[in-house]
Amino acid sequence: MKVSYFPGCTLKNKAKDLDTYAYKSAEALGVTLEEIENWQCCGGVFTTAKNEVATKLSSVRALKEAAEKEQPLVTVCSACHNVIKQTNHAMQNEKEFADKVNRYMANETPYAGEAEVVHYLEMLRDMVGFDAVKEKVVNALTGKKIAAYYGCLLLRPSKVMQMDDAENPTIMEDLIAALGATPVVYAKRNECCGGYIAMESPELAKKNSNEVVENAKAAGAEMIITACPLCRYNLMKNGTDIPVVYFTELLAEALGVKEDTNA
Amino acid sequence: MQRVGVFVCWCGSNIAGTVDVQAVSEALKNEPGVVFSTNYQYMCSQAGQNMIIDAVKEHNLTGIVVCSCSPRMHEATFRKTAAAAGLNPYMVEIANIREQCSWVHKDMMTGTEKAIILGKAAVAKVNLNTPLTPGESPVTKRALVIGGGIAGIQTALDIADAGFEVDIVEKKPTIGGKMAQLDKTFPTLDCAACILTPKMVDVAQNEKIRIFSYSEVTDVKGFVGNFDVTIKKNARFVKEDICTGCGACVEKCPMKKVPNEFNLGMDNRSAIYIPFAQAVPKVATIDPNACNMLKNGKCGLCAKVCAAGAIDYTQKDEYIEEKYGAIVVATGFNPISMEKFDEFAYNQSKDVITSLEFERLTNAAGPTAGKLLRPSDHEHPHTIVFVQCVGSRCDSCAEKGKEYCSKICCMYTAKHAMLTRDKYPDTEVYVFYIDVRTPGKNFDEFYRRAVEEYGVKYVKGMVGKVTPEGKKLKVQASDLIANKQLHIDADLVVLAAAIEPDQTARPLATMLTASMDTNDFFTEAHPKLRPVESPTAGVFLSGACQGPKDIPETVSQAGAAASKVIGLLAKDKLTGNPCVASSNELMCNGCSSCERVCPYGAITYVDKEFRMPDRTTKVRRVASVNPAVCQGCGCCTVACPSGAMDLRGFANNQIMAEVDAICK
Repeated sequence: MKVSYFPGCTLKNKAKDLDTYAYKSAEALGVTLEEIENWQCCGGVFTTAKNEVATKLSSVRALKEAAEKEQPLVTVCSACHNVIKQTNHAMQNEKEFADKVNRYMANETPYAGEAEVVHYLEMLRDMVGFDAVKEKVVNALTGKKIAAYYGCLLLRPSKVMQMDDAENPTIMEDLIAALGATPVVYAKRNECCGGYIAMESPELAKKNSNEVVENAKAAGAEMIITACPLCRYNLMKNGTDIPVVYFTELLAEALGVKEDTNA
Repeated sequence: MQRVGVFVCWCGSNIAGTVDVQAVSEALKNEPGVVFSTNYQYMCSQAGQNMIIDAVKEHNLTGIVVCSCSPRMHEATFRKTAAAAGLNPYMVEIANIREQCSWVHKDMMTGTEKAIILGKAAVAKVNLNTPLTPGESPVTKRALVIGGGIAGIQTALDIADAGFEVDIVEKKPTIGGKMAQLDKTFPTLDCAACILTPKMVDVAQNEKIRIFSYSEVTDVKGFVGNFDVTIKKNARFVKEDICTGCGACVEKCPMKKVPNEFNLGMDNRSAIYIPFAQAVPKVATIDPNACNMLKNGKCGLCAKVCAAGAIDYTQKDEYIEEKYGAIVVATGFNPISMEKFDEFAYNQSKDVITSLEFERLTNAAGPTAGKLLRPSDHEHPHTIVFVQCVGSRCDSCAEKGKEYCSKICCMYTAKHAMLTRDKYPDTEVYVFYIDVRTPGKNFDEFYRRAVEEYGVKYVKGMVGKVTPEGKKLKVQASDLIANKQLHIDADLVVLAAAIEPDQTARPLATMLTASMDTNDFFTEAHPKLRPVESPTAGVFLSGACQGPKDIPETVSQAGAAASKVIGLLAKDKLTGNPCVASSNELMCNGCSSCERVCPYGAITYVDKEFRMPDRTTKVRRVASVNPAVCQGCGCCTVACPSGAMDLRGFANNQIMAEVDAICK
């Protein structure tokens, strides 16, 4: 199975692990990730300002390329996924916006949201199947109590993202279970880590991040997994005492393809 | 040729606002057969009906077309008018120029044009009408009530009071329903058990009432006045007529770790159990999923201790067939599952409970003997947060909730809050609401007392997140009036879960061919004028199966349903519907197509002798319709390949004449 792949800028420096293990795991599962040629930053934030077209152009370019290859566009970073999926939704549903973008890009054939945006987790669930993932597990993570941290961007706005129930998600817990570990459900798993507020008010970010970690620990978690580089940054920076890793790393470990790349 | 009179109704401005009624009556004057045409402000009024009667006499009319509202509304009215004028009532045709015309069009031109076309179709049809005479069928003078909650109990008592026999079928081991689980009732705060249990006893002692508990309806056949119902009596492994309800078996049963559904799983019961002390019938039931004797043959203690010898491990499900003239649905409601509302941490903390669970926690017969204690550590909670509208009034896209208002939650939450403050003044009580809805007798006064006298803190806004942290529940909410975020450290969170119809309602509706709305509430025959009747003749609705209701409303509806049943059972004969299918035996080729599509089982095949042209006789298999069972749906007329099947009053040639008139 071949899919288009949009890594995102953080994944090539700060969050290399998210990217590297995404590739390795996909290979082990028989999926080829074809990186979008000359991809650029997704835009970082999906602003709701209607006249803001420029920050969405790079997303549309990536989407258009995937659509032309007739492949789903797979993302892995929560923030990139959020921006690209929301941009695609706007291209499908907001005529005026789509019109503006198409004219700006001087597209010969206008792009109208034909591509399908799929998060890596959705790819595992819907295209590969968690059962198939389970069969490929080499190092079952039996006995490990792992908490999934969704953050705020991965699932919301739920009407657009349509990945899972924003308040009661199960997709990462199901993955954790498929890898043989025990998922830990805790209340703050879909609350904000503090996000970009870390720039303006580090104290507030610290408070939010600490609450998430403490809540997960109180529920018995020994480890937290996430799909978001910013979440991981905030959780790590604010001194979590349990490991916070990308879900792709956990996946690679279970699939037996995690070599010590950082060493 | 018929002599047709056309009567166009204005319906005040309902029709006349978008249809030029004068133009319609003028246009229809020129249709074939029409000898008189007029219009009037309210055709259904006494004056309007007299106008029809006079016209029939003056112009020797043989057929009538009324251009008015839907036939569901006033067809019966105008048929009576025709009868009063000496015509056969089935010589009336209604052209629906209100619901299907004036109400859906905004423009006078299109409205008028369409009204004329609909009128022409009705004239074309009435020209082919023939007088019909309805048959009669006898009435079985017994009623069936499905569901033994307060709705079913009240309906049964009222029917029995009029002298008719009633059977109650209840799926649980006892009657009583949700009301039996409640502590006190708003707005008077009288205890639910004190007013319900005497009624339950009345039911048990009433000679006219039989209770089939632990039973369900599995099949319904027949029609109004003559229903054939199959009731499945589930094996309870206890002989009902012998068991004295002494409870010795319950005490001795070694399997005591079965979640007690009566207390919503907040404590345990034994495998053989009596749901609660005032259960009716007060008979033990063995839970086959928990009983060791039934599962692996090892135990038998209850049989040993039963002095009456009522235990019977070999008991089997029993099917009983009964006949009834009327059926009342009283299947009630359930709170929706809180599984999908994890933002309130219902699955994560024992101290997040539903309002019905709170009801059991404050009930003297409940798991804490009426002391308000947290389920997790049995400590007294000092801060309680009530959240209203959990799953009610949800966005239409939200799959987990309901769009409608559950109606009862505002009042019971006010009750819970008030009673808490009354009994435990040291407890802080918050209620989060979208709106407080208290339209009922003495309801708003009750709510205001909770706020003003008892100091309950009502906050307009919703709770966004509940996070269990240590022994506390961190509640994050918004106060919309102060426009600020609130953080409350609560000890107990109570969710006012939306209510939904019982799961048994949908399959039951299919059995009864009774209609339901998208939320699985039973639909009434008319939302205002026939609120306790289902559109299916002989099926009546009682209580929350028709929509969310509190106890006073349920009891009134239960009584109303009973009076409708009594009205039906008081008749010796029922006039049938003459618009039924009939088969032209000479054309019927005996293919069975009609029999297969008939949803009512009204068609059978008979072997009949026919005289052939050469004077010999030949036996042929032909369709025969039982007019008492046929509901006139017309499926068979469509399925019949040889055109032998036809529907009286809606004959194929009549329908074609209507189509021709419309397409002309």
